[in-house]
Amino acid sequence: MASRIYRLVRKIREINERYSTPHIEMSRGVKISLMALRVYLLLLVGLIVYKFVLILG
Amino acid sequence: MNLFSKLYYKSRKYWKAIQLYLVIAGPGLVVMVADNDAGGITTYAATGAKYGYNLIWFLLILIPVAYYVQEMTVRLGAVTKRGHAEAIFDGFGAFWGWFSLIDLMIVDWLTLVTEFIGMTAALLIFGVPAWVTVLGVVALMGTIVLNGRYWTWEKIALLFCALNLIYIPGAFMVKPSVPDILKNGLVPNFPGGFNGELFFFLMANIGTTIAPWMLFFQQSAVVDKGMLEKDIPWGKFDTLLGSTVTVVVAIFIVVVTGTVLKGVDIDSASQAAEQLLRTNHYVGTFMAIGLFDAGLLGAICISLASSWAFGEIFGWAHSLNRKIKEAPWFYACYFFTLITAGLVVLIPGAPLVLITLFVQVVAVTLLPAALVFLILLLNDRKRMGEYCNSLAENLIGGFIVVSIVILSTLYGISVMFPRLFQ
Repeated sequence: MASRIYRLVRKIREINERYSTPHIEMSRGVKISLMALRVYLLLLVGLIVYKFVLILG
Repeated sequence: MNLFSKLYYKSRKYWKAIQLYLVIAGPGLVVMVADNDAGGITTYAATGAKYGYNLIWFLLILIPVAYYVQEMTVRLGAVTKRGHAEAIFDGFGAFWGWFSLIDLMIVDWLTLVTEFIGMTAALLIFGVPAWVTVLGVVALMGTIVLNGRYWTWEKIALLFCALNLIYIPGAFMVKPSVPDILKNGLVPNFPGGFNGELFFFLMANIGTTIAPWMLFFQQSAVVDKGMLEKDIPWGKFDTLLGSTVTVVVAIFIVVVTGTVLKGVDIDSASQAAEQLLRTNHYVGTFMAIGLFDAGLLGAICISLASSWAFGEIFGWAHSLNRKIKEAPWFYACYFFTLITAGLVVLIPGAPLVLITLFVQVVAVTLLPAALVFLILLLNDRKRMGEYCNSLAENLIGGFIVVSIVILSTLYGISVMFPRLFQ
């Protein structure tokens, strides 16, 4: 079991290393799109968390 | 003689084109028809019951919307020979890759639960216990994938797609008023004025037409099928045909409930089937069979979308052309998601309604990201070459993506905070 978890962790590290550099050309448009996406997701996740707090309350 | 020979050669040419299409046909048609899953059928049934034929025009608009989004996955898959998950990892790095993969896994699993909810509810109408349905579905889906060929799987899936057309004879049997359909359905209008409730229905219809798993599924299917760049025109035609069929089926569902159940509040497609059974036994039966088929088709595709995505990233063998011994992790992932989703439905007192709502909310967090990545990847001239998005495609695709992002976000918010749009 422990060796399986170790292998999985090693595999995830390998994947992170393999895809550490984005291969798409980081033009200004791409950078703006990714930044907008980050902001959007943060807001949405914030809303979901808020909703769950309301449900729990 | 000259005329006959010309006719002969023309018919041969067309027959060859049809044969070629039948070889290429599949991913687009299957993914689009599978989009009419259990949740989709419920949405269309509720739309018809609430607004009659008045929103048919809106469904027609969804044909180009679905086509333009999904055809991009055909080009991306055929050119890069990579699934959508791998394309995101490669294009945008590990952070966005993991985000998409984990989000996809959650959305797919929850959606799979809703498919089981639909299937068990449909067969319960015929007196089949839920556990028998779950067991039967898992056994059937296992048999379909374990025969070891993508081709066979696809043709079986196409057979279930054909069963989705069962709503069409059902619509003729309820004898709808054709002049009313033409007058109220084809002219854009907002029944009762543009209010919060109508907006919710419009958003729900968009939400059921474009789902995140569809992008991942079609691109992976294109790769697994081995489609090449020269097959792209046929892949596009396949997608267009699929998007047309899916909307036509949706319209016929709206016609059925709009004719028989107008003014009735519908919470689920099984409830619509039960109501229909009281007025017309055959139409109600068709509705229930259609709901089961929709859930099954959705389950067939959704469970594969996750397995393909994980296989691409973890480097496991991930093809239906591989036997279980050659791709154990791919099939393990497939059966794990399938069996656990089926078991959830069997848990007494499981919060199934909450799960159904949660699917819509979580899907909203993945859909905008997947669509934005899709547009950006299609603009990567280095990889896409001549298949890169043109200016016109960017304008149309960009407009559709921005609209979907705004509407699906509002839909997600309205699911979380229902009073906001009232």
